[in-house]
Amino acid sequence: MGAARPSAASGRPAHHWWNDERARGYLYQVLLLLLVVAVGWFLVGNTLTNLNSRHIATGFGFLDREASFGISEHVIDYAPTDSYSRALLVGLLNTLEVSVVGIILSTLLGIVTGIARLSANWIVARVAAVYVEIVRDVPLLLQLFFWYQLITESLPVPRQAINVLDLVFVSNRGLKIPSPVWDGHWFVVTGAFLLAAAVSVALGRWAARRQERTGRYFPVLRVSLAMLCGLPLLAFLAGGGSLAFDVPVLAGFNFRGGYTLTPEFAALLVGLVFYTGGFIGEIVRSGILAVPHGQTEAARSLGLSRAMTLRLVVLPQSLRVVIPPLTSQYLNLTKNSTLAVAIGFPDLVSVANTAINQTGQAVEGVVIIMAIYLVISLALSLFMNWYNQRVALKGGAP
Amino acid sequence: MTTEPTVGLLTVPWRWSRRHLFQSPGSSVLTLLAAWLLWKVLPSAVNWALVKAVWSGDPAACRASGGACWAFVTEKYRLILFGIYPYDEQWRPLTAIVVFVVMMLASAHPSCWRRWLIWMWAGGLVLVGILMWGGVPGLPYVSNDRWGGLPLTLILSATGIVLSFPLALLLALGRRSRLPAVRAASVAYIELWRGVPLVSVLFMASIMFPLFLPEGITVDKLLRAQAGIILFTAAYLAENVRGGLQAIARGQFEAADALGLSYWQKTRLIILPQALRLVIPPLVGQFITTFKDTSLVVIIGLYDLLSSTKMALSDPQWRAFYIEGYVVAALIYTVFTAAMSYYSQYLERRLDRDRRRS
Repeated sequence: MGAARPSAASGRPAHHWWNDERARGYLYQVLLLLLVVAVGWFLVGNTLTNLNSRHIATGFGFLDREASFGISEHVIDYAPTDSYSRALLVGLLNTLEVSVVGIILSTLLGIVTGIARLSANWIVARVAAVYVEIVRDVPLLLQLFFWYQLITESLPVPRQAINVLDLVFVSNRGLKIPSPVWDGHWFVVTGAFLLAAAVSVALGRWAARRQERTGRYFPVLRVSLAMLCGLPLLAFLAGGGSLAFDVPVLAGFNFRGGYTLTPEFAALLVGLVFYTGGFIGEIVRSGILAVPHGQTEAARSLGLSRAMTLRLVVLPQSLRVVIPPLTSQYLNLTKNSTLAVAIGFPDLVSVANTAINQTGQAVEGVVIIMAIYLVISLALSLFMNWYNQRVALKGGAP
Repeated sequence: MTTEPTVGLLTVPWRWSRRHLFQSPGSSVLTLLAAWLLWKVLPSAVNWALVKAVWSGDPAACRASGGACWAFVTEKYRLILFGIYPYDEQWRPLTAIVVFVVMMLASAHPSCWRRWLIWMWAGGLVLVGILMWGGVPGLPYVSNDRWGGLPLTLILSATGIVLSFPLALLLALGRRSRLPAVRAASVAYIELWRGVPLVSVLFMASIMFPLFLPEGITVDKLLRAQAGIILFTAAYLAENVRGGLQAIARGQFEAADALGLSYWQKTRLIILPQALRLVIPPLVGQFITTFKDTSLVVIIGLYDLLSSTKMALSDPQWRAFYIEGYVVAALIYTVFTAAMSYYSQYLERRLDRDRRRS
């Protein structure tokens, strides 16, 4: 097609600029930009007029005002006298808490499910298939309502709570477990664990480099596990073998002390984990199927042990298939945690919704929600992309 | 002469269970564990759901029996299915459900993938609108804040998918365009909508849309939610379509260019027919997701199937029988989602076969 040539030389009819593909391209783009600007102008203009006529001040000034509503669950200290920004932060932390725990648990459940689906054992494979089918066919919100009602209506009241060794209590007010009292011993034990973790990472690096250079193998996994269990245990024994716990006790109609897993949190977590676990199970299954059996046979005939075959040959190849869809499942779980609002768990959206209802700052509230979720989504995608590049084929990629 | 191994009555099941249930000690333990669990759970579940179940009667009879209270469903099925639509007019939403099911079945078979499908859906949606709203002679007007139940779920999801599709096509083409501004706009749209949860989109639809419109113009909640679902779904569908576009071999584009086809001719006649065929299974997957996601309109106070179930359960007499209520709602959802998912598997096999043959 090419650019229009001057027509003076030949007797052909004159080329008009609109017959030139590039010129048309510019025209389309300018029109699109004009359209976007016009729509934006229209929406913003209308919004400002409407806000004016309703006497709602725009801006984020309301964030510093007193929130004056309670939030039933908070990771950090919060009281109704705190500001709206503090309330939103509490909501955000609740969202992150349920998402992180949910991602870890649903990954574990998904791995088990995916392996079970492929099990040679007929009954195990059937059970896993039925589980996957059910959770994938029924809307998540319905599952959440079900779990929430199951927890609040069929569990006993605190006075008749299911009692495990006088330490853990299950009732319709939630799950009560002993919580650590943060004194010196706890810090030493936690420090020992962190030290073990750091040394394990360094050891892994060193062992990999040594193996590359000399070919000698070092059992990193076993040594690391021993350290991770052993060092905190040593610290525990050195500290006199006692750790302080705050044990929940029944006082009146409810428990006092200990750490509480509320029914709302439990229902949301259970619902999200079972739902996402089904999807991750299918991803894991496809990841395992993606590695031809010949790879395993070849690795075994080279003399690698079963564990090494799995770790060095099968896993790296299936991770490549698994990571991208897994990323979108993690994002889905995080976004699905907003369904909390339907069962009364104070996540970010639920807190922001209360704030919007109290202040009338709808635009700002929705902008805050959307901005925070965009940041979370982008951060999670960036992390998973980085991980994906680590496991991707190096060199000679198609 | 070889001696035939004797084949007894139990040989086949014995061999089968050796191969599939007890091939190793670990597997045997798992089998026994699973069998024990099923033994514990299944009989009591059957007992609850069928044997001791109460099929009609009042809550007292249900409580006395201790089994499943299907009487709740027989008592409330009209409320669950149709919400608070006027009782005497409920044949209209029922007809709407039939129209939807017929249209879905007609769209399912590849021999029906012709242009008339588009007209059928356009006509069908108008027909559903007339049935539900009424206002024509013989059909009294019913305001859409009284719509509910299964028809509302079907309307929200079907309209959402049908109307978001053209937008999704444009976005997918835009993302693959050579014009930087078009590409940037498409990417921004797609990533923005995919980055936020549907709940916040619905909140936006319910509290921000009114602010966007000029003064004096109001759009009711159902239409606002519908608009939110369309805009949201379009971003996801666009990514599915893009997958198909990327799978088309370069030669197809070059051949179309060599024939002197314009961009739109090329796209309409060569590229899209092939690309869409490739992505039908993921598109069906997206349809399933949209169908399930419409249940979120509970949060902004619309009465879809899930919320009408909750409404039926809010009757204090029947509150205790929430399991029955949710099981029935889940079964209705499952009929649709399972049908779609088996259909998608069938299509995938069919596409696979076509590809292998060529």
